[in-house]
Amino acid sequence: MTDVQSHARPEVPPLIGARRETANERTGRQGLTMIEVEEVGKSFGGTRALDEISLTVDRGTVLALLGPNGAGKTTLIRILTTLLRPDRGRARVAGMDVEADAKAIRSIIGLAGQYATVDELLTGRENLELIGLLSHLDKKVYRHRTAEALDRMSLSDAADKPVKTYSGGMRRRLDLAASLIGRPPVLFLDEPTTGLDPRTRNDLWQLIEDLVADGTTVLLTTQYMEEAEHLADQIAVLDGGRVVAKGTADELKDHLGGNVLQVRMADRADLERAAALIADLGNTPPVLDRELNMVSLPVTDGTRVLIAAGRTLLDHGIALNDLGVCRPSLDDVFLTITGHRTGLSDEPNDESNWQR
Amino acid sequence: MTDLAIRHSAAQSVTITPRLALRDMKGVTKRNLLRIVRTPQLVVMSIVQPTIILLLFRYVLGGAFHVPGVNFVNFVVPGIFLEAVLIGGMTTALALAQDLEVGMIDRFRSLPMARTAFLAGRTLADTCRNVLALGFIIGLGLLVGFRFQNSVGACLAGIALIVTFGYAFTWLYAAVGLTVKDPQSAQMAAILPMFILFFASSALVPVSTMPGWLQAFAKHQPVTVTVDAVRSLFEGGPVYHDLWQAFAWCLGIFVVFFTVSLNLYHRATR
Repeated sequence: MTDVQSHARPEVPPLIGARRETANERTGRQGLTMIEVEEVGKSFGGTRALDEISLTVDRGTVLALLGPNGAGKTTLIRILTTLLRPDRGRARVAGMDVEADAKAIRSIIGLAGQYATVDELLTGRENLELIGLLSHLDKKVYRHRTAEALDRMSLSDAADKPVKTYSGGMRRRLDLAASLIGRPPVLFLDEPTTGLDPRTRNDLWQLIEDLVADGTTVLLTTQYMEEAEHLADQIAVLDGGRVVAKGTADELKDHLGGNVLQVRMADRADLERAAALIADLGNTPPVLDRELNMVSLPVTDGTRVLIAAGRTLLDHGIALNDLGVCRPSLDDVFLTITGHRTGLSDEPNDESNWQR
Repeated sequence: MTDLAIRHSAAQSVTITPRLALRDMKGVTKRNLLRIVRTPQLVVMSIVQPTIILLLFRYVLGGAFHVPGVNFVNFVVPGIFLEAVLIGGMTTALALAQDLEVGMIDRFRSLPMARTAFLAGRTLADTCRNVLALGFIIGLGLLVGFRFQNSVGACLAGIALIVTFGYAFTWLYAAVGLTVKDPQSAQMAAILPMFILFFASSALVPVSTMPGWLQAFAKHQPVTVTVDAVRSLFEGGPVYHDLWQAFAWCLGIFVVFFTVSLNLYHRATR
């Protein structure tokens, strides 16, 4: 089924959920590479934004690029969406080269996120219809898809109001809708949920999941562990323009070699003394969280360490609020791999990151 | 959808026919016109400046000028018509810098639309606004005593020349806006060529009253030859020498800055 050309057919297919894969395509889907990045490098002035990055994304899967601001996530997205030329290496989307076949790539991709925006002075509907027209869809098709996208994004009521009256969440939904109007088989989402409240974020997650179930390939960037864990088939951890780790969420956690012992002190004054007392039990040095008054320690034999740590701390008269062993969070993974915390958080909570 | 099918349909959409390019341009023009209509304060601002200059030269400074053989009002007002479209073109630089700053250009550049359509739609919309502002200033000129003295056809040709001149300059301003990249600097950068070309020209005073070194520049620069051609078309008199020079300037400015702007747009990053 040729989705990109679907406007040529008499009936108008829905925005999401219309792709019917043949049995052949379904079985052949796994392992087919949709996005290939080979040793791509990019510098700005003297700064290396990307340092020989290589990765692949299979058709119909989600790859999350996880990393702090300045890790190179957006630069990679800009290269793959033909907005920026790589200095070195090759990048391909659907087998087409981002430099040689830039025009062809633009007709099969959608871009949404912090650097692709919507027009504040136009209404939501005007914005989407303009994108539809410029994606070379027939008027009938883009009108229909616009109405459908507005409905799906719960923006129907605000459809004919100028975007400058929209809330941050509404803008994000419109932005995502704009990237879907052309029904692209490959979608690039640059921090799609940064700054959104949890409910809106969950709605967007559901939408992205529906798109992927439909066969769309998604490459997204995020600063949130939870998001990467929830959406991504594969996670690539970026730091300083390099891929420092790649795998599924579970694989990355296994990389830590087991579990994390977490001890929360009743008294702030005990934090450092407690960390020193249990340091010998861990695989790597303990990590102190002063805000939560907690010590985290990567360990191998969880149960034995749990008992030993509890006994040691009690013997030294340290009162505990909480003591437990859990699977490491991706934040722990990041810390272990890169050796530094990054300002990454599990909870999207502030808008300062994307509002410029 | 197989790899082959995706590539096939992608390959088909690479070819942008003139019809598609025109459709893209119409879409972008409509977007920009909507923006212009919804920010009337910007339209007003682009009218206020030439209005002030017009009133200043008509009533405050006009009495001190004596241009031999001509009525001063008829001499100076066509120059201010030209200034109106020069000032108007500055908003092209401003609007493009704005689109670049907020990421609109990224959105457009990631679409399969015709490469020329984004800038052509910008300059066309700004020219529409120029026509509107020019209409207002012409009305004001008539009110303060300016009179068309030639045939209707010649006068319309004069107005058409002013609009054409303004259109060529929107491309120069497009290049300025895409180079400086932020709206504040765009305004500053755009005002410079405007001031130099407008004040060191025959728009307000005859070039023969300037010092020799300035005359050499002022005699041949685009504003002078265009305003001289426009005056001849409005008042009668020999026109062809100035007219072909004015056209040559418009064409030259258009071709050079069309190419430069398109290149800048293609490589535009914030």
